[in-house]
This record gives sequence, structure tokens and C-alpha cells, in this order.
Amino acid sequence: MAGGNPRLVSLYRMMARIRAFENAAEIASQGGVQAWGLAASSTPALVRGPLHLSTGQEAVAAGVCANLVREDLLTSTHRGHGHTLAKGADLNRMMCELFGRSTGYNRGKGGSMHIADFSVGMLGANGVVAAGIPIAVGAAHALKVKKKSHIVACFFGDGAVNRGPFLEGLNWAGVYRLPVLFVCEDNRISATTPTGPMTSGEGPSARARSMGLRCENVDGNDVVAVDRAAGELADWVRKGNGPAFLHAVTYRFKGHVSVDPGSYRDPKEVEQALAYDPLRLARNELIEAGEPAAAIDEIDTAAKIEVDVALTIAKSSPWPDAASAYEDVMDSGKGQWK
Amino acid sequence: MSAAAKPETLTYAQAACLALQEAMRADPNVVALGEDLGRGGIFGQYRGLPQEFGPERIIDTPISEATIMGAAVGMALAGLRPVVEMRVVDFALCAIDELVNQAAKNRFMFGGQGRVPLVARMPIGLWGASAAQHSQSLEAWFAHIPGLAVVAPSTPADNYGLLKASLASGDPVVYMEHKELWGMEGEVQAGNEVPLGKARIAQAGKDLTIVTWSRSFHDCVAALPALAKESVSVELIDLRTIWPWDRETVLESCANTGQLLVVHEAVQVGGFGAEIAATVAEELGIRVRRLGAPRIPAGYAQPLEDESRVGAAKIVVAVKSFLA
Repeated sequence: MAGGNPRLVSLYRMMARIRAFENAAEIASQGGVQAWGLAASSTPALVRGPLHLSTGQEAVAAGVCANLVREDLLTSTHRGHGHTLAKGADLNRMMCELFGRSTGYNRGKGGSMHIADFSVGMLGANGVVAAGIPIAVGAAHALKVKKKSHIVACFFGDGAVNRGPFLEGLNWAGVYRLPVLFVCEDNRISATTPTGPMTSGEGPSARARSMGLRCENVDGNDVVAVDRAAGELADWVRKGNGPAFLHAVTYRFKGHVSVDPGSYRDPKEVEQALAYDPLRLARNELIEAGEPAAAIDEIDTAAKIEVDVALTIAKSSPWPDAASAYEDVMDSGKGQWK
Repeated sequence: MSAAAKPETLTYAQAACLALQEAMRADPNVVALGEDLGRGGIFGQYRGLPQEFGPERIIDTPISEATIMGAAVGMALAGLRPVVEMRVVDFALCAIDELVNQAAKNRFMFGGQGRVPLVARMPIGLWGASAAQHSQSLEAWFAHIPGLAVVAPSTPADNYGLLKASLASGDPVVYMEHKELWGMEGEVQAGNEVPLGKARIAQAGKDLTIVTWSRSFHDCVAALPALAKESVSVELIDLRTIWPWDRETVLESCANTGQLLVVHEAVQVGGFGAEIAATVAEELGIRVRRLGAPRIPAGYAQPLEDESRVGAAKIVVAVKSFLA
């Protein structure tokens, strides 16, 4: 209250919640999925499946989603916890889903890679790179046919720009002037391979611009800059001008999945990136704006408490009934399993 | 409105057009999207609809199969009921992720939060020297995927009735019309929906059950006189829906005749005939046999294409050797 920047406080709070969620999920996943030649632990992990953490990328999710309303739609990636939380999903139900419990958003059928909350317009994380792009475009097409005034935010990574649906989807959105805000969350690495040498030409924005989309490039670790750029583009899209494209450069603090130490990266690069932590940047800005350090610490503490509660709830929540494996498959031929 | 209508003679293409027209009149959320739809579709199966419903609902798209299918998933999640036109099933292979990983999995994977009511039309079959990339029958691929229904009509009446049922089903439906049937005429009674999963006994018989679908149904019909001459009494079943398939009708027929032949145009190896034959053998322990295409790509020249065709003559030979 005393600080002069309530919007930044709210952005920071969202980033702190995402960070706390990712940190807790990371710990809960240790000993889970076997990857990169690591042996699985003898005690089963609480989060069993592949867990793609967005630690370090929080400013993109928080900054973009601060410019969306509940009725706006969103498609995400395999690294989608931040987008889901920032779109307004319930943290407890998210954690329950990661734990595979019946109280999770997907009733234990999806896990981290398919986290979704349709009730807040979050149409799903996706296990396939770039697969959310056509879905976002189609959802926007439906909004246009139904003459709704809302927009779709479509998140994807730098790896996605080398897949066909990127070209098809951007072209489609341009052809029909659809209300899509494309957000290329560029963490500079495609799984374990640097994206730059794998990408011909001048990169994501140049490609989008060549298809007639309005583009902005932004420092994806600077939440104020992301908020401002996303706000301008979202307004522009909302006014019926057609799709826009935000290229936000950030950095993935962790490996491709939570049990991947990411040792294929240059330690110096990682060290530099850690020093350029989006939460630290936002904290500094808050302090400059007059927010007391104690108030910021309180936000961090509250986020940790919220996540601790979620862990407790998730741990004590029931597993899905095996019979639910046969539910929500399809209606035609229901009961005919073989 | 349909109760009073008299049956009319329509082509297989016109019958589908009528079904879609009725659905689009009844529900403003039904839209169709695909390449060349603005001109009524390359087989004329959308003729007249662009004029009636306009470009907002009969959507002419870029040549972007992956995004046609993927966008349909997004449309369905946002409240539309899209009909996807893939032109030929061979092109639908450019949209496999969008159909198999997205459309088919969405409802289950997200714990029932959403539904993907879409009908993906992907015409199948050999079609006048169209060679290896425009001639396939891939129904077994899609029948293998949990979450998808698979439909293969053989007559104008069924193309009307099954498309109506598919549009109403609420599931992602792979709808496989046969390219050599577009011009076939038959009586269509407006309002007569054909439920998914219900086979049709086209001829009753006591010696042998033949299960078939799509264009092969007509090959089987053409083989019946020769078989009758050999005193073989055939019970001929048009399966109509590949998934969910009508186990009850097929098993009951096979229990009566004691012998089963499955005939389809698709490559025999790994074809859906194998599933039916295996099920019948497991359930009834009777003799089963399959007749499909050899495992070769369809060739262009007539003598090559004919090698892939399962015509009446091959059916007669297969039946005679089976019963010998």
C-alpha cells in the first residue's frame, strides 16, 4: 500500500507463487522419471512423470497473463505451470494433478505435461511442441465466428518456430485476422540443444513479420517490460486488428526435465543467467518504487506457505479409482473396450 | 419437417450434402473447413452450402492440413461443431498429431474438462488411376486409436444417415467416404439417421457370413449371383461403422452360419478384418478367413491398380477355396 506500484506488487506476487510452486514440484519429483541415464530412487517420487519446470521464466507468464481476463483463452506448452497459475488456476488442484490424485484438474489423467483449467480459459499444456498453435488459432476462429470480443494467448517456445504448425498457424491467423496474441517464450534451448544454431535466418520475430503480424521483442526477464509490451499487443488484438506476436527472451534455470541437471550447458552462461533472475529484477524495481523489503519478503513467505499447504493437500488426496480409466474416453461404443 | 418429406433419389455426395445442410440449419455452431470448400469441395460434396451459409461457416482454408485439423480441435473446445475436410485420407496423414494426439486424447487427458465434437471427413479408396498417394484405405489405423469413432458408409442412404449420427455424436469421428461412390444414386429418406455401431444385414443366408464395408460391399453384392449358382447361401453384413463395430450382429450371424469371411479394400495385413476375424474366432471358435489387398502400394497403370482391387471374381474364388 505504501509502495507506489500495486501492479508491480501483483506481478511480483504471481512470479513468487510460480517460483515457489516450481521449487516444491522439483523437490517432489526427485527419484521420479528415469532420464539422462540416472538411476531411479528406490522410494517412489511424489511427482512421478516428466516435470518440465519454468523456473527462471516466470516474468513471461506473469507479464502476459496480467493483460488477460478470465474469458480470454490460453494454450500452453509442456512447460506450462506458470501459464496455468497466471491464468488463474487453483494452485492446490494443480499440485494434486502433479501428484496424480483424483482431486487434480485432470483427475490424475494428465499430470504436469497436460495441466489445464478450462474453467479459467486455460485450454491445456501440451506434450507436443507447437501443437498448441493450431488449437489456439482454432479457438480464436471460433471466437470470431461467435462474434465474441475475447482473445487467445498462445504460448510456445523457441523450438516450436522450427515446426510446421508454427508457419501454418501464423499464416492462418493472419489470413482470417484472428484475435491471437502469439507469445514466443524463448528460453534459448530446445530440450538439450541450443536453438540458435538450429534456426536459419533472423529468428522468430522475422518469421512472424514476414507473415504480416505486428511484432514486439522484449526482455522476457523484465516483468515490467513484458507487461507493457503484452498490454499494448493485447489491446491491439482486442480491437480487431488481427494477430500479434511477442518475442520474449528468457532463460531456463533448470534442465529439460526436473531430474536433468542440465550439465550440457556452459556453467558461465548458467551463472550469468542466474544473476539475471527475473524475481531479483522485479524485487529491485519494487524497492526503487518504495516498497519496503519486509513487505516483499512477506510475499515470498506467503507463496511458500501456500505451496506447503498444497503439498499437504496433495499428499493426503486420494488416488483415482482404477475404474475412472474407462471414463471420458468417448461416448460412441461406450463400454466396448476391445 | 422431415417426417412429411418423401424419399428422394440422391447421389452419395448429395446425400452427405443434405445431412450437413440440415445440421447447419439446425445448429449455428456447425461449421465446415477445408481446402476448396468455397467451390463446393473437390467432389461436389459441399455444393450449394457456400451460397447458403457463407464463408464464415463454409470456410475455405489454406493448404494446411495440420492446422485445419488442429484449428478444428480449438474450435470444438470453444463451442463450435466443426466438420473437417481432408480431401483424401492420404492427406490426413499430414494432420496425424492433431487428430491422434490432440482430438482423440483431449477429453480423457484433461479429465473430462472438454469435449471435441468434430467430424473429420477423409475419403478413402482406389479411384481411377490415382496411384499410391491418393488411393489408400486406412480405417484400421484410426480404429486403433482410443477416442476416435470410425465410419465407412457404402450407400447414399447410409452416407446421409451416418453423417447425421456422426454430427450428433459429440465424439471425434473419422468419416471415410469412398471416392468411387460419389456418383452412386440411391433413395434417401430425410430424417433417417443411422446410428453409429449398427451393422446392416443386406442379405440373410445360412452357409457363410461375409462382413464387409464401404465400396467392397458392392463387390460382395456383385459376387452373390455367382455364389448362389454354386449353392452357397451367404449372409452379407455391411458393417457401416468400423469403431464401435457391431459385435452383436456379427457374432450372432457367425454363430448361425459357422463360417466367416471378412472382405475389405484395405491391405489385408493388419487390416480391420484381422480384428473381426480374431474376435469371432476367440468368441465362437469357428473358421475365419480374410480377403484384402496385397501389401503393395497402389500402382498407376490399370494392370498394377487391379492387383490392389478386391473385386467380385476374387471374392468368389476366396469363398470357393474357403468352403472346399
